[in-house]
Amino acid sequence: MQHKVIDTKDVVIRFAGDSGDGMQLTGSLFADMSAIFGNELSTFPDYPAEIRAPHGTVSGVSGFQVHIGSEHITTPGDFCDLLVAMNPAALKANAQWLKRTAMVLVDSDTFDEDGLKRAGLSNDPIRELYIEDRTIIVAPITSLTHESLKDSGLDRKTIDKCKNMFTLGMACYIYNRPMEYIFQYLEKKFGKKKPELVEPNKKVLKDGYNYAANIQAIPNTYNIEPAQQPKGLYRNITGNQATAWGLLAAAEKANLPLFCGSYPITPATGILEELAVHKSLGAKTVQAEDEIAGICTAIGAAFAGSLAVTTTSGPGLSLKSEAMGLAVMTELPLVVVDVQRAGPSTGIPTKTEQTDLNQALYGRNGECPMVVMAAHSPAGCFDAAFNAAKIALEHMTPVLLLTEGFLGNGSEPWLIPSMKDYPAIQPPFARPNTEYKPFQRDPETYVRKWAVPGMAGCEHRVGGLEKNHDGVLSSDPKNHAMMVREREMKVQKVADFIPELEVNGPESGKLLVVGWGGTYGHLLSAVQEVREAGVDVSFAHFDYIMPLPRNTREVLSKFDKILVCELNNGHFVNYLRGLMPEFTYTQFNKVQGQPFLVQEIVSAIKSNL
Amino acid sequence: MPRYTFKEFKSDQEVRWCPGCGDHGVLTALQRALPDVTEALGYSKERYVVVSGIGCSSRLPYYMNTYGFHSIHGRATAISTGIKVANPNLTVWQACGDGDALAIGGNHFIHAIRRNVDINIILFNNQIYGLTKGQYSPTSKFGVISKTSPYGTVEHPFNPGSLVLGAKGTFFARSLDSELKLNSEIMLAAAKHDGCSVMEMLVNCVIFNDGTHKVISDREYRADRTIILRHGERMIFGKNRDKGLVLDGMGLRVVTIGENGVTEEDILVHDAHSDNVGIHMMLADMKYPDFPVALGVIRDVKDVTYDDGVRDQVADVKAKSKIQCVDDLLRSGSTWEVK
Repeated sequence: MQHKVIDTKDVVIRFAGDSGDGMQLTGSLFADMSAIFGNELSTFPDYPAEIRAPHGTVSGVSGFQVHIGSEHITTPGDFCDLLVAMNPAALKANAQWLKRTAMVLVDSDTFDEDGLKRAGLSNDPIRELYIEDRTIIVAPITSLTHESLKDSGLDRKTIDKCKNMFTLGMACYIYNRPMEYIFQYLEKKFGKKKPELVEPNKKVLKDGYNYAANIQAIPNTYNIEPAQQPKGLYRNITGNQATAWGLLAAAEKANLPLFCGSYPITPATGILEELAVHKSLGAKTVQAEDEIAGICTAIGAAFAGSLAVTTTSGPGLSLKSEAMGLAVMTELPLVVVDVQRAGPSTGIPTKTEQTDLNQALYGRNGECPMVVMAAHSPAGCFDAAFNAAKIALEHMTPVLLLTEGFLGNGSEPWLIPSMKDYPAIQPPFARPNTEYKPFQRDPETYVRKWAVPGMAGCEHRVGGLEKNHDGVLSSDPKNHAMMVREREMKVQKVADFIPELEVNGPESGKLLVVGWGGTYGHLLSAVQEVREAGVDVSFAHFDYIMPLPRNTREVLSKFDKILVCELNNGHFVNYLRGLMPEFTYTQFNKVQGQPFLVQEIVSAIKSNL
Repeated sequence: MPRYTFKEFKSDQEVRWCPGCGDHGVLTALQRALPDVTEALGYSKERYVVVSGIGCSSRLPYYMNTYGFHSIHGRATAISTGIKVANPNLTVWQACGDGDALAIGGNHFIHAIRRNVDINIILFNNQIYGLTKGQYSPTSKFGVISKTSPYGTVEHPFNPGSLVLGAKGTFFARSLDSELKLNSEIMLAAAKHDGCSVMEMLVNCVIFNDGTHKVISDREYRADRTIILRHGERMIFGKNRDKGLVLDGMGLRVVTIGENGVTEEDILVHDAHSDNVGIHMMLADMKYPDFPVALGVIRDVKDVTYDDGVRDQVADVKAKSKIQCVDDLLRSGSTWEVK
């Protein structure tokens, strides 16, 4: 067979195996290595809720998809060019995501009677899954790993754990990846604690690479040139990490200590974990006894003068509802981060959705407005969290930042910013020993002054009961109406401090595609694809939902039809319909616990033209 | 620093508890205790924060001329925890009721105690829901008739003392609403205690549960049916100061001094600082009519506090870490340069 090296713009690789097979690590390493090589990329971890789901079953398949390219990459890709399937279940679960031209690499050692039975497959899985026309590379990865390490002195179980390195070696061959980064990683990871594992892992990696080069079963290998990227220092970052860092950045800019009270919940836990690491920046973290204590400790910390944060996911947000109302009523700065997951109830904890928007907007008793915003990419979580904190602190309001499991766990390369390019954050502190009326407001912004315990002469009481401007309890009907209006106005006035809505594409036309949050990359790719086919279509993506950008009505008014795409049954489109009923809306929704596919959006756009 | 008087701790708000409510006495005791606390510990008034949940007693912050937070039902302990951890220089007092702290807020209550957060919790125990007009609470006696238990409750009450000690509480005291002097004394001891101090105040609800503590609190027989425990003093009680507590096998026993050869030397000496929780548990569990109900500081032991732990860990890591600002953080770990 004549071996060819083919230059290609982008490839999508999906590593899939049992939830204990190390596929998340393998995928992350491949992604990091490609980032350092200079490719653009986007990743999508797709794993089960169970830590070690029943061995060999479809429900226990853990996948990690990475899309690398020499040009701008906005999504982890719909379908893959290479599927690595470490067992029959992984093949079964992922056969649907294969491109027509895809290659499949399987560990044939696992395709025995038992493995096929556990996956619920016949003895001819290739035909059963209709993938005969794909290039199937059958490699006895488990036994080759054992062969490779037979003289290593390692036990059987430890050797088994190295087979992901064999696979990674093969993938490195197929995509011409330099392996130095992985060598460095292995040395760093095992060098001190388990030095005996460094060389065996390296050996397996190299053996995998050489095996792939020697077997002649791989028709072509691929070259993905580094992308033309702006100059500077880069790193890979996940959404949860970026969220945590954005909060730390805001605390630094506000010159306030950061306090995070949270309860572990998938997929938001990573933020609490990340903040817990960074005590050197003054971050105090409280792993509370429950979700309610998470937000209530944060509210206490806000009263005491910290940049206070609580992080959670859907079910936790439900539990925090009453306390969010307290934060609205006491007009304290608070950031609530909701990393959305598939609901309702426990739902599918590790899968992504945008189904908490209604809860974010309306899920509290009374007239209870708070700022609601969303992050649109993993690295974008940094700015989103920074801005959420800035608004909370400067406008004395709780802010709900919606991210998604897809963003929290997904990663992308990030041009590292410099903190000198970020604005100062200036909370409206009261002055000690001056007359202090807790709910007297700035006439323009309706923002009250912030007096914190320890400030002499500003002693006052806050609480959940309605009060007047002086902070005295009041059940006077007119005072209540006024305070309700003023709290609402305060949130609406935030619109004067956020960026206007931008339109990607012509500013007027037949169709405007609208989205919010983590669907940004998919929607942008779809709009670009349709536009490349010669059709005029525009795109507007919302980072701010409550309040909306000031020019929203003006932007929407220039289009005949507005197609709102979201991973729920229409929360945002109905919100827009309620606020601006004069426009023609149509909607495209998906509630499968999975991100959009670009092709789905393309079809939705085409059917609305 | 000038010496404060109780007037400085009184706010200009009209106190709206029912006439005859036991809460009045506790408020007065607190307002009287704080000048002593201030003097003993060198606090200034702006460092006081009074936190509450929901219920009659939770109105207390409005009556204190300090920073105050009247929060939501059951959550006072979590709010207090956040305040104290965020700024350990503040001194946090909390008012909460038996329903607030032990039913809806039970989880936060036991965890603040377990963590030993340095807050001072005054638990107003009137054994009833007052603000919702008379439903039984988690401390109501078994079989009590109330609006939601018209045929009597069929559930056992919590004894707050054993709950606190079971959760590894480092400070527990109990008193009656009308024991003004003792209450100020307990509050000063609580303030001096580094850690979570729980003060159970047996208060009367004149409207919905009048006389619930009468069997021990009535002036006529209070001295015989309660015992005031003070560290280092013998456990002697009674109108004639002739009764006392002795250890008898695995338990306590009431004896009369001068009878059956019992002398004052046989009576137990209270050791509130003993780490051994067993005797404190027995004292906290004493019930009339077999025993006098224990008042005063039952347990007061030293242990590390959560807020200090959090603060010290931040300082330790800060001293050692290479990451001293966000720019350092952003450039830490694995990065690469595009030239």
